[in-house]
Amino acid sequence: MAVIDYGMGNLHSVASALAHVGAERVVVTHDVEQIRAADRVVFPGVGAIRDCMAEIRRLRCDELLQVALTEQHKPVLAICVGMQALMSHSEENGGVDCLNVIPGTVRHFGQPLHDAEGQRLKVPHMGWSEVRRVSEHPLWNGIPDATRFYFVHSYYVTAADRSLVAGSVDYGVCADAVLARDNLFATQFHPEKSHTAGLQLLRNFINWTPSC
Amino acid sequence: MGLAKRIIPCLDVDNGRVVKGVNFVGIRDAGDPVEIARRYNEQGADEITFLDITASHEGRETTVHTVEQIAEQVFIPLTVGGGIRSVDDIRTMLNAGADKVSINTAAIHNPELVRQASQRFGAQCIVVAIDAKRVADVDGQPRWEIFTHGGRKPTGIDAVAWAVKMAELGAGEILLTSMDRDGTKNGFELGVTRAITDAVDIPVIASGGVGNLQHLVDGILLGGADAVLAASIFHFAEYTVPEAKAYMAERGIEVRL
Repeated sequence: MAVIDYGMGNLHSVASALAHVGAERVVVTHDVEQIRAADRVVFPGVGAIRDCMAEIRRLRCDELLQVALTEQHKPVLAICVGMQALMSHSEENGGVDCLNVIPGTVRHFGQPLHDAEGQRLKVPHMGWSEVRRVSEHPLWNGIPDATRFYFVHSYYVTAADRSLVAGSVDYGVCADAVLARDNLFATQFHPEKSHTAGLQLLRNFINWTPSC
Repeated sequence: MGLAKRIIPCLDVDNGRVVKGVNFVGIRDAGDPVEIARRYNEQGADEITFLDITASHEGRETTVHTVEQIAEQVFIPLTVGGGIRSVDDIRTMLNAGADKVSINTAAIHNPELVRQASQRFGAQCIVVAIDAKRVADVDGQPRWEIFTHGGRKPTGIDAVAWAVKMAELGAGEILLTSMDRDGTKNGFELGVTRAITDAVDIPVIASGGVGNLQHLVDGILLGGADAVLAASIFHFAEYTVPEAKAYMAERGIEVRL
């Protein structure tokens, strides 16, 4: 299993969480051969989108990701900024074009932000929020609807094709928490930091055989 | 249901051992940080904060190793603070497995560090720690000032104005410790907690003075904090994290159960 490393921070926790749930030979790499040879790919991300996109393109991780997704049909899990990078465009850093793997936008939560009862909401959205299940998926196995996962983000995703939304989160706006299409599963939250529910999701990922 | 309020056990670590003093003196040994972090993870803590109070250079290497060990076994967010002075120090801790890094004194000497770190690593992993102490009231209004060196050295900086400035520079979160209350078990200093939570749009963690579970509730309902941090009540098994969450939930606070 390969965790794609494009040099934007700590991937240690993703790798150790995967190893903890039984993944064998987890490599953290941007090496073409290692990613091509992996049977599953994790596409994480932290930090600012402009720097992320620059490194993704410089290290040609975008091409590797396309190969994994559409030629090799491997299971791919994108996490947080990794998910945002899959969209068409992000508002962050004055506007950045992303990979357009999934058509859709990444927008700032905006301030002031309030919940349905008028309570002020802080940005970044940081902490444990309930994820509402929108569609069934093998990666939800053993995880009850409305389980809390750990989020930390100031920008949120809205996919153009609403049939791809597998989970959503309410934080002043209704944000896409999970997008799923064929062999791709993308989460805005951090499963590797989401305790038992997150580990269950990662376990489901390493056991997942997409039907496409 | 919205965002849960977070309970964050804090490990004050000196040369590889968890300690917790009363107003930074009379240190009691509370054990092995890796073992304690694992216990809190199992209990359902929402995050863990690791504050390194080691002075020596050799001790700093021990800290990196301890952070690595915790990160391999604990699958909730881990914040590391204490002695963080540069972008390189931040990178070292993130590479060791920290999810967030807390900057305290270095932000006072060099506020640009907060901006640089936030741009480089993202606001989500930059916590600014503020050690505030109540100073003479001005026109009947309380005023809180930033202190360094464990609460001994005044800086003349207004704590509320500082929090606003740190948020503008790119901090993703504020860790607010009342130096008047830290180690006293008399509860959070709610005045400064409320003043800062009202003044900034980023999350605020209240710290310093927790002696019982009602203090946690007060920090959130009266202080407006997004998260509450405590050390000794958990280390010495006076309360467990599930007990704290049950108590908060009974009082209408949304928690992750």
